[in-house]
Amino acid sequence: MTVTAETPQQVQSRERPKPGRGKRILRFIVLAIVALIFISPLIFMIVTSFKTRAEAAGIPPTWFPNPFSLQAYETIFNASGTPVLRWFANSILAAAANAVLVVITASLAAYPLARMNFRGKNLVFATIVATLFVPPVILIIPNYLIVGTLGWLNTLLAIVVPTAASAFGVFFMRQFFVSIPIELEEAALLDGTNRLQIFTKIVLPLAKPAMATLALLAFLTNWNDFLWPVYVLFSPDMQTLPAGLSTLQTANAVRYDLLMAGAVIASVPVLILFVFLQRFIIEGVSRSGVKG
Amino acid sequence: MTRTAQAGAPLTGRALADAKRRRTRKLAQGPFTPWLFLAPYLLLFIAFVVLPTLLGLWISLHQWDYTLPRQPFVGLENYAQLFDSDSLTSEPFWTSMRATFIFSIFSVPLLLVIPFAVALLMNQKFPGRNFFRAVYFAPYVLGVAVIGLLWRYLLDNNIGMVNYYLGRLGLPDDTAWTTTVPAAWVALIGVTVWWTLGFNAVIYLAALQDIPAELYEAAKVDGANGWQQFVNVTVPGMRPILAFVTMITIIASANMFGQSYIMTQGGPGRETRTAIFQIAETGLRNFKMGDAAAMSYVLTVFLIILSIFVFWIFRERRDKVVDNAAARKDF
Repeated sequence: MTVTAETPQQVQSRERPKPGRGKRILRFIVLAIVALIFISPLIFMIVTSFKTRAEAAGIPPTWFPNPFSLQAYETIFNASGTPVLRWFANSILAAAANAVLVVITASLAAYPLARMNFRGKNLVFATIVATLFVPPVILIIPNYLIVGTLGWLNTLLAIVVPTAASAFGVFFMRQFFVSIPIELEEAALLDGTNRLQIFTKIVLPLAKPAMATLALLAFLTNWNDFLWPVYVLFSPDMQTLPAGLSTLQTANAVRYDLLMAGAVIASVPVLILFVFLQRFIIEGVSRSGVKG
Repeated sequence: MTRTAQAGAPLTGRALADAKRRRTRKLAQGPFTPWLFLAPYLLLFIAFVVLPTLLGLWISLHQWDYTLPRQPFVGLENYAQLFDSDSLTSEPFWTSMRATFIFSIFSVPLLLVIPFAVALLMNQKFPGRNFFRAVYFAPYVLGVAVIGLLWRYLLDNNIGMVNYYLGRLGLPDDTAWTTTVPAAWVALIGVTVWWTLGFNAVIYLAALQDIPAELYEAAKVDGANGWQQFVNVTVPGMRPILAFVTMITIIASANMFGQSYIMTQGGPGRETRTAIFQIAETGLRNFKMGDAAAMSYVLTVFLIILSIFVFWIFRERRDKVVDNAAARKDF
């Protein structure tokens, strides 16, 4: 490839220069095949959940359930030791409550860090950012004690509240607030609006997309959290879906039809969110890296 | 709520001078306002992040059994035991540290390199690019419990899809992926790479798109070929983000728990029981919290040393500072 062969537009564009048409089609086909193989385990999970017990354990693996069966779902919905629907409700409740708590506390905390000068600000912000790099492992033992002292063990509060202290959330919202032009706030301040009003009436409406993204990420994280719920929720009724799935596995060692049905139930809400809101999720994650 | 920065006279003089002095434009407010905004978060932050960090250290100095009424102070005894090969806690702990090490030493490099390649690919223009990006990211939105169960099924010795297709390709079709080593490590590492590569790729991709096109242009004017552009523009421009991704990937690997808990149950024996798995079982199943807390601090010290090493590797060299400053997006 020589420098002279390229048009000015190609040089200016951020992307690499386009190869020829045939090469492009070939590359597209290769990419499509690789992507299909990459995603095939997830497809197989969904397919298997609609198989009969025998077909799920059969060889060779089949890609179209024959017959199409809801037997696995009926079985796990009716099993008394593993109340999947209850877990589902627990998970939804906990993840939603956690997301709300994260968004409220992180937005409130991020605003002064972005827009006010005060003594101790740098210390607070540095401490919060530093905990992004604190390995969560040192928190599990003491937090178990703290949660126990508060009487929250084996309740949803144990998985809603402690993880809401989201350093990432503060960092994320602060970055957004800094990017909003300050003139609006200055004008409002001169009009006699107080800081809380400025925050709720001017800043928050502008921050809706960022808040939605943060809420989504917090929901996904809480929904998928595994280690903490496994240890702090013990009675069958109090489990979340991920923690429950591991009990389901113990109860049904090689009933893969049942396990895949459980896995699908745990995946459906997040997959739906992902299909419709993937731009927000992906951009939210990718912005987490913009920290130079 | 304090009514702080009211309109009119008090604002103008001092506040404006203040703002000028600090160069960044900030609005004025009373001394308590920022803390009222910060209060709800700081309450959670202190209760569940700052306090536990210190409390953990305190616990580690005690023989702390959650189920017993008294928690006698033992000084550094718990730490000493971890380094005394005759003690009961030492062997299981170092076996688990070894497991975490084996997992990390393979998964971290793979999770740095493969997502980079995916990001470079996705940084080109082609139809359906966003769709492919979503496909590579998709496994990450599912939790480790789902991923673990799914792969336990796919990797089943007898009826698993993986062994079936390996057999069709003429390869050995009877590997016990979850019950023998090193196969279990291949499985755990492979599944983790599949699961999380999209996450790192998306971060890389955003950083790639932040590298100013002018830098490539300048390199081309200087006659740099594709590889030279990669080495002299892409890599230096990505340095800060590489350091960040390396750190979060190391921390994530050191926290590997669910894959092993579900796919191998830490087996065979305790071969794939990772450090955090061992810490959680010791502290939260057997309630030997003093031992577990000491273990978590030893693991953390290793991670701190590793972080210093990572930052040293990615430190900015003098001659590259200018490139970097240009390539970095500041906020």
